Amino acid sequence: MFRQASRPLLLGAALTAALKAALVAIATAAGAAEPGHYGYGRPATPAEIAGWNIDVRGDDGAGLPPGSGSVAKGTEVFAEQCAACHGTFGEGEGRFPKLAGGAGSLKDDRPELTVGSYWPFAPTLWDYINRAMPMQAPRSLSADDVYALTAYILNLNDIVPGEFVADRDSLPKVRMPNRDSFTWTDPRPDTMAKPCMSACANPADVRISSTAEGRDLTPRTTGPLDTMQPK
Amino acid sequence: MRPPLERGMPATPKPANLPDPRLARRSFLGFGAALTGSLALGATPSSAQPQPASPPADAPWSQTLGPGVVDRPYGRPADTESGVIRRNVPWLTAGTESSISFSPLQDLHGIITPNGLFFERYHAGRPDVDPDQHRLMIHGLVERPLLLTMKDIVRFPSVSRIHFIECPANGGMEWRAAQLNSLQFNHGMISCAEWTGVRLSTLLEEVGVKKEAAWAMVEGADGAHMNRSLPLNKCLDDCLVVYAQNGEALRPEQGYPLRLVVPGWEGNVSIKWLRRIKLGEKPWYSREETSKYTDLMPDGTSRGFTWLIDAKSVITFPCPEKPLAGPGLYEIRGLAWTGNGKVRRVDVSMDGGVNWQSARLHEPVLSKALTKFTLPWRWDGTPALLESRVIDETGHVQPTITQLRKQRGSNSVYHNNSIQTWQVKPDGSVFDVQTG
Ligand code: HEC
Repeated sequence: MFRQASRPLLLGAALTAALKAALVAIATAAGAAEPGHYGYGRPATPAEIAGWNIDVRGDDGAGLPPGSGSVAKGTEVFAEQCAACHGTFGEGEGRFPKLAGGAGSLKDDRPELTVGSYWPFAPTLWDYINRAMPMQAPRSLSADDVYALTAYILNLNDIVPGEFVADRDSLPKVRMPNRDSFTWTDPRPDTMAKPCMSACANPADVRISSTAEGRDLTPRTTGPLDTMQPK
Repeated sequence: MRPPLERGMPATPKPANLPDPRLARRSFLGFGAALTGSLALGATPSSAQPQPASPPADAPWSQTLGPGVVDRPYGRPADTESGVIRRNVPWLTAGTESSISFSPLQDLHGIITPNGLFFERYHAGRPDVDPDQHRLMIHGLVERPLLLTMKDIVRFPSVSRIHFIECPANGGMEWRAAQLNSLQFNHGMISCAEWTGVRLSTLLEEVGVKKEAAWAMVEGADGAHMNRSLPLNKCLDDCLVVYAQNGEALRPEQGYPLRLVVPGWEGNVSIKWLRRIKLGEKPWYSREETSKYTDLMPDGTSRGFTWLIDAKSVITFPCPEKPLAGPGLYEIRGLAWTGNGKVRRVDVSMDGGVNWQSARLHEPVLSKALTKFTLPWRWDGTPALLESRVIDETGHVQPTITQLRKQRGSNSVYHNNSIQTWQVKPDGSVFDVQTG
């Protein structure tokens, strides 16, 4: 409480220099005992940090833990833990994401974005499986299993050979096919249209090029939620 | 923190106009005559017939005693508003746990989204977080790694700010062509609220930022452990760590008990159920900023870290859900916003962009918040193509879809801020169309 009152911002001009000095002394003393201006909360312990410190950096693999996993092991774990949604070979069941394929399709009219065709960094794959998959039980896999699954998915995409073993040294060295296709600064705005107010186009040129009318894609926006099942 | 309230308790079902013992007791207090009237109305055979028109008659609800205070200790909308709900597009995603729902903009008025109608985006469903056990950890390149409880966080100096949050995939289904005949489904991934919490800069000053730090990794406590990288400059500029939304605790859908709000930037970075902030020298290149939330360009390259929400606007009346009832005088209504700051001007066209008139902006016009605009319009019953176009305080002008496609092609999914065209037919019906 006292520390808060000693914030320089809150010091009135009328405060005497002596009082000011006293407050600063108290604040400094308190600061040494309990760091931070407000002093709320408590220091995070190394063990607490270690438990939550799961992030792995994509471009250089910083944060990858010890452990390893082979493509062969990954084949087994994937069949058990992942294939129900992603398909045995990562082809994707139903609307679940494909994890393989699409190589060279990024300029196509209908590109296929997968780990193999799109992802720039291999360690990101380890990080994502480790933090978010399998979807119904995230954080349930061992580090070895996550390495094995990463190796398997990379192999499905012909990025690593069948004998590849993923670990904290090998994974950052894997070069993803789409690695150099990303730019990381925003060049927008894309358009610099001037706000014309009248006769901005020839009315005859204003044609409807597409309409949502009659396309059977829109759920109802009245009544109960629309499952869009045949009624 | 206030204890969670009982919410959404259904009112005890009670047939209309039946004698209620509570009312009978009240009649002692001198309401007898009125009560007899209202109860008698319910009891007469005429109640099976259509009620007499009101006016001239008194409506039934004018002749009864309504339920008292705390009949609904946590209020809810009128039963007749039950169609005003968030909706999803079932064919869009594999399931509802990693999916989106859209705010019913066609039924909303003003710039604040009611908490129950704020759009949803989950990557691992909506977690049920215990606020007493929730912690925020701040560590990495800091002087004093810190662990904060919710009680700790609420003690910090608080600020309240009104900001929109928009998913950058809002309108993403319309890159190729008009597909969804709906305001809700084409634009409903934007909502706006008053957020209350502590400035992220306050928390970062508290832990002491080391001078090598240039980026922050922010992470959620949901099953997706959703994480994104943010430049430290933005964190220190205007980011908020919030626990309240429109005056009450955050809704679970919006990150209860704690979320980040990154004003003006794509919604995905406003991490919900915020549990960890780690400072580092470089970005993390997480899955959500490589595989997703990157913009694929026609030449096969991709743009990453395109966080800014561009200037955008839409006419919310009329729209496919709210057609016109016939020729006459109407008020065109709409919303405009920009991640660059304030809306400066909104123009409206009735002829597909040939001629424009400036609309009236309604106060308050706030930075990185929804802004309301209106324009009176006498509709003569002839076909019309309604459009709105925003110009923001940085001079950015909302583009047409044709202009945008010229740069971006049709596969970038995210950041479609193009002008919406509503086609009005002579019968007053309204359709989502594209011109060009
Ligand atoms: C219950 C269904 C389900 C199971 C089981 C499952 N996943 Fe997933 N997976 C999903 C869904 C849904 C997504 C998309 C999530 C999102 O975008 O929020 C996804 C996304 C992914 C992605 C990212 C794809 C991309 O291109 O961005 C990878 C990689 C992945 N899963 C790997 C795995 C692995 C490895 C396993 C097994 C350990 C697994 N998944 C188990 C449903 C599942």
